[in-house]
Amino acid sequence: MAKDYGEVKLFGVVGSPFVRRVQIALELKGVKYTFIEEDLKNKSDLLLKYNPIHKKVPVLVHNGKPLAESLVIIEYIDEIWRNHPFLPQEPYDRALARFWSKFIDEKCLPPISKASFTACKEERDKGTEESLEALEFLENELKHKFFGGETIGIVDIAAGFIAFWLPAIEEAVGLKILTHEKFPKLSKWSEEYTNHVVVKENLPQRDKVVGFFKARYASIINASK
Amino acid sequence: MVEEAKVVLLGSGFSMFGMRAKIALAEKGIKYEYMEEDLANKSPLLQEMNPIHKKIPVLIHHGRPICESLIIVEYIDMVWPNNSPLLPSDPYHKAQARFWADFVDLKVYHASRRVWISKGDEQEVAKKDFLESLKQLEEFLGDKPYFGGDTFGFVDVALIPFYCWFYSYETFGNFKVEAECPKLISWAKRCMQRESVSETLADEKEVYEGILDYKDKFMLN
Repeated sequence: MAKDYGEVKLFGVVGSPFVRRVQIALELKGVKYTFIEEDLKNKSDLLLKYNPIHKKVPVLVHNGKPLAESLVIIEYIDEIWRNHPFLPQEPYDRALARFWSKFIDEKCLPPISKASFTACKEERDKGTEESLEALEFLENELKHKFFGGETIGIVDIAAGFIAFWLPAIEEAVGLKILTHEKFPKLSKWSEEYTNHVVVKENLPQRDKVVGFFKARYASIINASK
Repeated sequence: MVEEAKVVLLGSGFSMFGMRAKIALAEKGIKYEYMEEDLANKSPLLQEMNPIHKKIPVLIHHGRPICESLIIVEYIDMVWPNNSPLLPSDPYHKAQARFWADFVDLKVYHASRRVWISKGDEQEVAKKDFLESLKQLEEFLGDKPYFGGDTFGFVDVALIPFYCWFYSYETFGNFKVEAECPKLISWAKRCMQRESVSETLADEKEVYEGILDYKDKFMLN
């Protein structure tokens, strides 16, 4: 008889790359869960109760117990549901996977945001330069089909932002960062990742995401005038 | 050249991040070689072992580098599981421990830095943020002796090095942590009774002198 893991709920919004990370993790493991859509302009009492510290999504609630922060949640999922492991067992490789996941959040995402959603052109150019530097490290790190080897691992899930949201941002604001010329391996990986049978079912609609970023960019430029 | 099975830790001065690694190694009773880095003049070894960030701490084990203090502590806990386990075995409590350790980095560290770097209104905001983050940690601690429950654990290791910096924040910011977070100070004093902590944490007055020195050299007044 299949083991009963109990009730799983995920609080999130469809457009958030961090929420999608958790969804992809759950789907890859074949975990049944209920998705609870939040309105970030009017956060529910439940969300505020489950994540009083950051008041953000995603929040995973497993058998009534809440967890926040996407990478923390993914490691938890990996420990409870043992199929399709996201992290290597060997301590050194495990440490490396954690290092690269953290690198993506701390060194890739902020400069990409700076390169796109800043009014000052000088800042945007600086952001572009920093993004290119950061992606260069990732490009050199990619040695197999995925960062996780032959199957998707935690670093791939974390890097989903680069595979899907970055190209959408590039289209929305007229930026060129992730090019085939500069990043042949990362570009190929992006295609593999976003076309993966499970991942592609768990990404938002591209035109909506592009539209969202176009609006955000316009409001930042307008506010600076 | 670094011997295969040897454990080497690259650290520097009063870094609370380096202290985390030292405490974890001490808790496990691991012998290691400590190499002090001059961050104004980084060694070829540091640049080779941490080419991405060029920061300390770096743990070198079997000739391979592990970077980022919390990742190092988890690695140490996994490789030497028998003495003083730092992470809980229950997955939910383990995840909570990771969340709160990250919280120390996200909220406590950044606010505390702003307390000693900034002045005037900016400093007042920094003080408020810093104390709020400590109060949130205090709430999570509750009536437990340690963040790890009955035993000294991952979040304790993550936070306790900041204790030797409290005197500096208090002096620069003109406030007392104990007035706002008495339970946290009790917790810190309890941790200081552990040899791994008392032998590792720097003298708070020396930290203060170190910051004055740094401000003198690198910051305009």
